[in-house]
Amino acid sequence: MTTGNDILVELDDVGVRADGRWIVRHVSFAVRRRRIVTLIGPNGGGKTTTIRAALGIMPVSEGEVRKAPRLRVGYVPQKLALDPSLPLTVARFMRLTAPATPAEVIAALEMTGVAHCMGRQVRQLSGGELQRVLIARAMLRRPDLMVLDEPVQGVDFAGEAALYEIIGRLRDELGCGVLLVSHDLHFVMAGTDHVVCINSHICCQGTPHAVAETEEYAELFGPAALARLAAYTHHHDHVHSPDGHVCGGDDCARGGRRDGEGRS
Amino acid sequence: MIEPFIMRAVLAGLAAAALTAPLGAVLIWRRAAIAGDALAHSALLGVALALFMGIAPIAGVGLVAALMALAVFMARSSHSLPVDARLGVFAHAALAAGLIFIAFTMPAQGDVMGLLFGDILALSAFDVWLTGTGALVLLGVLALVWRPLLAAAVSEEIAIAEGLDPRRAVLVHMLLLAAALALAMKITGALLFTSLLLIPAAAARAVARSPEAMAAWAALLGMLAVVIGLWGSWKWDAPSGPSIVMAAFALFAVMQTAAALRR
Repeated sequence: MTTGNDILVELDDVGVRADGRWIVRHVSFAVRRRRIVTLIGPNGGGKTTTIRAALGIMPVSEGEVRKAPRLRVGYVPQKLALDPSLPLTVARFMRLTAPATPAEVIAALEMTGVAHCMGRQVRQLSGGELQRVLIARAMLRRPDLMVLDEPVQGVDFAGEAALYEIIGRLRDELGCGVLLVSHDLHFVMAGTDHVVCINSHICCQGTPHAVAETEEYAELFGPAALARLAAYTHHHDHVHSPDGHVCGGDDCARGGRRDGEGRS
Repeated sequence: MIEPFIMRAVLAGLAAAALTAPLGAVLIWRRAAIAGDALAHSALLGVALALFMGIAPIAGVGLVAALMALAVFMARSSHSLPVDARLGVFAHAALAAGLIFIAFTMPAQGDVMGLLFGDILALSAFDVWLTGTGALVLLGVLALVWRPLLAAAVSEEIAIAEGLDPRRAVLVHMLLLAAALALAMKITGALLFTSLLLIPAAAARAVARSPEAMAAWAALLGMLAVVIGLWGSWKWDAPSGPSIVMAAFALFAVMQTAAALRR
């Protein structure tokens, strides 16, 4: 795991400055092949900025972003501001950045359950349909690295679970690395290999368990979030030793106590 | 019996319309229609420069328009003025400067109206050949940058993230516009150039379901406007450039109405 050759993208002490202030600073993490890395943190904390810096959309003010040579990226942005003057069917949108056969387009759309939208105009899709089309388009590229910025915005709860399942399947089938921003702590715990908590700097990072047990996490997300995690992990009825290196014993103990309070 | 000068006007007009319409469609998608105006308004300055230096007007216009294209490409919104307002300021300054320099450099019998509105009935056979060949070459270059250009119009973020170079494609598009302006100067003049860019593309929007269809429809409608406009100009002895623009506008109105009725 520590060999560098399966690293797809690596941020090394990255900082992004805009309008005279630091949006994020001292951000370091790596996304490896077959790994799902999730960015969590409060709104305005710089999650999207971090992703944009990693992708080269936003210039880095300090530090360095290193990408594997010939890295093939599939990107699912948070939203798509399509000008009304631009006619665009879903089928055409699927071939936006790389050519694809009609069969490949249909297969990708079927995977996210929106093959029936193929002939519709992108602007006429509902929020949930658009998100699924965006994900299908990104995976159609058979990317080495999938980057998703809040991929379940506008998707109903049942659809949310399905989309996260698809993201996991993508990782297994394409063997790609995944970098995503998510608010869904349930998925973060269940589906993620590595969690990076960003609030203008990295508060904590590590495996989901390790992060959930840090004090910073508890302060950011509050007891309710901890309760949800506890419900999932059943952390309260037996003692886990922290499986990451991020949190110390004190933090873990505190996390465990709050955990219990949240449920009572 | 079609007079040869009418034939030349039709052929050159068709070539110019086939070139400007797809370029204009991209301009509309990028919400950059004002950039076309900025370029067109700099054309007189180019003619004045050409007269002053003793070079061909097409070279002078191409040179100045290319510089304007670079300026437009690099223009950014400041805190107090959005980019379209800044371009508007520079466009009209360029037009005024052009008119002043023309007044000093133009020979007494020169035709300023021809510079502003074109003189499509006074084209030589060479003009026709140049417009046709130039249009083909420029459309070929447009085809080369089409994918990143369209991706930039849909989502610049996706284009950059997935390894395309949308900024370069946008720069190429701006330079293509400058070259198209130089080619079309004798046909549309400085002030009617933007109309050939925008009106056919706007008319095509009503029927097109994909970007490529809109570009193709725009070219078709632009060419139709040239034929109808020249016919009307011949029949009623109206000025030819403005007649073409009015024909394009009539087609726009028809397409809009048809689209509204179908809904």
